[in-house]
Amino acid sequence: MKALLIRDLRLAIRAGGGFGLGLAFFLIVTVLVPFGVGPQSALLSEIAPGILWLGALLACLLSLDRILALDWEDGTLDLLACAPLPMEAAVSIKALAHWLTTGLPLVIAAPLFALLLNLPSAGYVPLVLSLLLGTPALSVIGTFGAALTVGIKRGGLLLSLLVLPLYVPTLIYGAEAARRGAQGVEASTPLFMLAGITFGVIALLPFASAAVLRVNIR
Amino acid sequence: MHLAVQDLGVARGGFAVLEGLTFRVEAGTSLILRGPNGIGKTTLLRAIAGLQPPLNGSIDAPEDSIAYAAHSDGIKQALTVRENLEFWAAVFGTGDITGALDAFALQPLAQRPAGALSAGQKRRLGLARLLVSARPIWVLDEPTVSLDVDAVAMFAAAIHAHLETGGVALIATHIDLGLDADILDVARFKARTPISVDDAMEGFF
Repeated sequence: MKALLIRDLRLAIRAGGGFGLGLAFFLIVTVLVPFGVGPQSALLSEIAPGILWLGALLACLLSLDRILALDWEDGTLDLLACAPLPMEAAVSIKALAHWLTTGLPLVIAAPLFALLLNLPSAGYVPLVLSLLLGTPALSVIGTFGAALTVGIKRGGLLLSLLVLPLYVPTLIYGAEAARRGAQGVEASTPLFMLAGITFGVIALLPFASAAVLRVNIR
Repeated sequence: MHLAVQDLGVARGGFAVLEGLTFRVEAGTSLILRGPNGIGKTTLLRAIAGLQPPLNGSIDAPEDSIAYAAHSDGIKQALTVRENLEFWAAVFGTGDITGALDAFALQPLAQRPAGALSAGQKRRLGLARLLVSARPIWVLDEPTVSLDVDAVAMFAAAIHAHLETGGVALIATHIDLGLDADILDVARFKARTPISVDDAMEGFF
């Protein structure tokens, strides 16, 4: 399991691995929104939590089809299916590797980008906390979507359509927690809901992902 | 250690391709599969490797004993030859890759990115993975594609060594590897009525 994680991280950092793609996209969104909305700092600070969450979600979505498609193309998935590693563990590790290379950099960079959107100072801790709790769910749900579409050539469109509705609860609670934090209101309820969603999908979805993957490699 | 197949039928894309296959490969022996293109050799090997369920019949082999190698080798272009092999050695819980590098003359290439290898060199790397897997039953689908004469000899030597340690090899190939192996022509087992599995399912509903 450790070997698979190290290999995936190594592949992500090397040339053509796609590390930083999500981060660059996140940066583009947060830099361009003030230009689109206009220089009204009051309006910006009001919409900042929602924009930041939406940017993080779309940045995550951008790299989903890489999670399994590359391993499918070069035959690694077939060989992993024969290996002593259970498929459930393999997809969990792949989701973890995706989070470490996409979700975690977004969490770390979010305070910096929040500055660009004039987020009120009370909102920083809830924003980072909500992203930290919510982005693992995005990776795990995304891995499930990638497993569903793995055999399909250019399945990116289908993958986005399948995954987007599953992302809605995470987005609602995540953005709500960040918004409440920015307004200085108690944000623990949406944070607990967000944590519930994340732990729930981490516990259940790897089994679903492994099952559809076994069907798809036939 | 043995591999036994009893009255096996396999399907590809919803259509039965082979039926009534029965054979047994004992420890230290190998079986070579022959047959025209599209007869179902790959489908049969994938079913034996556990990658797809058989239509009917049974496959008898000890659990976690099969190493499968096919047209795509699962090689990551961005990793070096050594890193590729070390990954599979770690997955299969075997530590040492020196023997595998030596067996396929990959030692001089060890530090090169796999993306910079020729097709034949990649193939050798794919076959070296069989050695680090330390699995007793090898299920190989056209293993000699794009190998030159020397590399085929290395491969034949690796098979010999594997069989001498009590291993089993099931190989779909069209060239003569110089093995003392039985040859099974799977064309004899072509499904007579290539019924669609979907039709069978319709009857079920």
